Amino acid sequence: MLWAYTKKTAFYLLVLAIIFQAVFPFYYAILTSFKSGTSLFEVNYWPTMISWDNYVSVFRSGSFPQNLLNSIVVATLTVALSLLFAVTAAYALSRVRFRGRSLMLLTILSVSMFPQIAVLAGLFEVIRAFGLFNTIWGLIFSYTIFTLPFTVWVLTTFMRDLPIEIEEAAIVDGAKPWTIITRVFMPLMWPALVTTGLLAFIAAWNEFLFALTFTSSNSTRTVPVAIALLSGASQFEIPWGTIMAASVIVTVPLVALVLIFQRKIISGLTAGGVKG
Amino acid sequence: MAELQLKDIHKSFGLVEVIKGVSLEVQSGEFMVFVGPSGCGKSTLLRLIAGLEDITSGTLEFDGEVVNSLSPSRRGIAMVFQSYALYPHMTVYDNMAFGMQLAGGGKEQIKRRVEQAAELLQITPYLDRLPKQLSGGQRQRVAIGRAIVRDPKVFLFDEPLSNLDAALRVATRLEIAKLHHSMNNVTMIYVTHDQVEAMTLADRICVLRDGIVEQVGTPLELYERPQSLFVAGFIGSPKMNFLNGQFAEAYKASTIGIRSEHIEIKDKGGLWSGPVVHAEMLGSDSYIYVDVGSAEPMIVRQNGTTSKQLGDVLSLAPIPNAVHRFDAQGKPLLH
Amino acid sequence: MTTEIRAPVLAPLAKPGKPIRSELFVSRTRTAMLFLLPMIIVLLVVAGWPLYRTIYFSFTNASLSNLGAAQFVGFKNYLGWVTLKSGKTFYSGVLADPAWWNAVWNTLRFAVISVSLETVFGMIVALVLNAEFQGRGIVRAAILIPWAIPTIVSAKMWSWMLNDQFGIINDLFLRLHLIDHKIAWTASADTAMTAVLVVDIWKTTPFMALLILAGLQMIPKDIYEATRIDGVGPIKTFFRVTLPLVRPALMVAVIFRLLDAMRIFDLIYVLTPNSAQTKTMSVIARENLIDFDKFAYGSAQSTLLFVLIAIMTIAYIWLGRVNLDGGDR
Repeated sequence: MLWAYTKKTAFYLLVLAIIFQAVFPFYYAILTSFKSGTSLFEVNYWPTMISWDNYVSVFRSGSFPQNLLNSIVVATLTVALSLLFAVTAAYALSRVRFRGRSLMLLTILSVSMFPQIAVLAGLFEVIRAFGLFNTIWGLIFSYTIFTLPFTVWVLTTFMRDLPIEIEEAAIVDGAKPWTIITRVFMPLMWPALVTTGLLAFIAAWNEFLFALTFTSSNSTRTVPVAIALLSGASQFEIPWGTIMAASVIVTVPLVALVLIFQRKIISGLTAGGVKG
Repeated sequence: MAELQLKDIHKSFGLVEVIKGVSLEVQSGEFMVFVGPSGCGKSTLLRLIAGLEDITSGTLEFDGEVVNSLSPSRRGIAMVFQSYALYPHMTVYDNMAFGMQLAGGGKEQIKRRVEQAAELLQITPYLDRLPKQLSGGQRQRVAIGRAIVRDPKVFLFDEPLSNLDAALRVATRLEIAKLHHSMNNVTMIYVTHDQVEAMTLADRICVLRDGIVEQVGTPLELYERPQSLFVAGFIGSPKMNFLNGQFAEAYKASTIGIRSEHIEIKDKGGLWSGPVVHAEMLGSDSYIYVDVGSAEPMIVRQNGTTSKQLGDVLSLAPIPNAVHRFDAQGKPLLH
Repeated sequence: MTTEIRAPVLAPLAKPGKPIRSELFVSRTRTAMLFLLPMIIVLLVVAGWPLYRTIYFSFTNASLSNLGAAQFVGFKNYLGWVTLKSGKTFYSGVLADPAWWNAVWNTLRFAVISVSLETVFGMIVALVLNAEFQGRGIVRAAILIPWAIPTIVSAKMWSWMLNDQFGIINDLFLRLHLIDHKIAWTASADTAMTAVLVVDIWKTTPFMALLILAGLQMIPKDIYEATRIDGVGPIKTFFRVTLPLVRPALMVAVIFRLLDAMRIFDLIYVLTPNSAQTKTMSVIARENLIDFDKFAYGSAQSTLLFVLIAIMTIAYIWLGRVNLDGGDR
């Protein structure tokens, strides 16, 4: 009896530990973001004050609102383009038998394994050649290297699972592939599209290396780069309060999105990983 | 309605040949049933006729026109799938109208045809519902309705009753039979593994095994004059009793077969005898299993309930001219 | 109606021996090709061509300011040597560069340690999530938070917590008497890698946990009931039943993470910039490419990293296939 009790307590302690370590850093960042002045330099475990100074300075810092906008635009357009190309490609890869299909799937998967640095040099040249350097289009263009393989892979897995008889019924009804995709599959697949889109959005939002390398001015930078480069009035002063505030601004919507779409995200992640 | 000609049809999936040379004629307006054990190729053959699979070699003709190269929607066929295959996100009306909409039919014309079909199948009250709001039997009728709207020359059914429970199966079977009559006897090809469905629905049955045609004929022909051991054992429930060895030698054959309903219980002097080892009483009939010394017990059918008990020794004799004789290759020996 | 006897009829074929193809399959195949074209073009332009160019640059003396004037120099960027009159040989090139090998060592060290620990912790979290208890939903939601936070933001958050002057970690450890003076976690040579590992493990364990959880959930519940009836203890059950059954999912998760870890850049760049103890291959390659304008040199380093990852991927696929063919069946 005592042993069972101990086991249960130990279990719940473990659960608490897991929750704590996951949440604390974020909690502490929020805590810090509400501090101002000298209280920043004291260590507090509990909130001591709520001051919006840091948040104000983030938005006054000149380019941050623009950076936020850039991130939103880049991530959204990247996802939209990728989904468009991926839906049609996924149909071909999952529903039409042709020679070399598995080789193509393998190739697509291997592209997502490319270290970004390996294409950095080449992409740099291409982007400059197209005149896309220091533009958001340069970013959208380069982001497809990881969003496209991912969306194609996940959507192919989802489409493969759609019952074949519904497609055959549509074929008997005289539907061409484009009609099958738009009028029969998409209505059934929109949860998968939402999930995939969300995961690709998060990946694009998060991206750092390309954003760092392919942009050179504050007005075109995206949020991750902006936060990384946030500096204070003098060389030695790191504006921790402002950095934390910026971090919170960027993270809260993401966390909210992830929590709302929890189930979909988890199923999307595992579909790509386990089933594939 | 159309007449179909299958001429030496072969179908391979990669290196595996599934249909090994099938030639068949389906008469205009007849109800033809493809029947056979799992893996015999009946569904594949149906899909070849539908155009959902490519024919590896051989020709398929509808009314004399070779249709091998035509896509399903241009062959004038309609198909009812085993799992109904209704579009889950569309209403019953849209499900049935989809094909015509794609072909560019006028709104009025589509409405007329859909409502007619719905009327025929008694699903008019469900036209605005989604498939998930319907029961299995109702969904099946919608699937049939979708096929009717296409006004096809050939109707194809792929094991449509498998997903229904026993009672519903019998009722729907009757509806399909009535449908055939009410549609001016349109040509129907029906696939099933259930020989009872085959016997009750078919004008002619085509028995398939391992990708080849074992026999084609009316239900009665298959029952009375099976052309092979396989067909003899496949048609008829319970399965025909087969006897080898000395039992068959008495008839100068390699194997003999006798149906359970063609055996009489005599007081004495019967051809075979042995103890009762098992009895099944179904109320309307009884099936008595008798160990006559052959490899398997002989099944004897009796009307109503039987008084025979386990262990009773029975004397059995076949009714005249009811014994089927087969040679060593399983081919029938003529009397 | 007579029974039909099967007689082979010589059927008219389009061409002798060639089957008549249905227009359905012809048109579907054509449409499939059309559908794939945009994706293929994009991937060629965004991945195929740049990769080729990077490899090309590595064999030239290209520089950022004048990419067009690159001239072929052979393997010089990889390994070159000069023998002086005195007989002494000087080696140059990436393969002779101690900084490069230091980066390789850092990367391997980081990858192995972080993936191992993530697997262990991920397994623990997955087992917890697989159990049925009140508040399971809260745990699942909570562990998604580290995953959802952008890498740069986590780097900054932890930077702050690990700050030597005002960081909460130092404060906490001092109070608990775990350390006796404030440690510059991210700056000090001894602890930089540890700091990076802590943040990466914190951030990626949820992903591992979710993948492992999916594998765990595929194990039918009645197997556990059978072990309970057989009286098998929980630890034995785990090692003899759970682990073998979850191995496929585990292997997939591990290889994904391993390949990811080998490519790491963001975290190192932001958390421990300019630290020789944590510079990984991606970091040092970019440094050479962009910061030092040793473009060709950096390209060579990038190519080497690509080759390494390609070898690892092929090895995994080959081993996996060998297992499938020879092993279980």
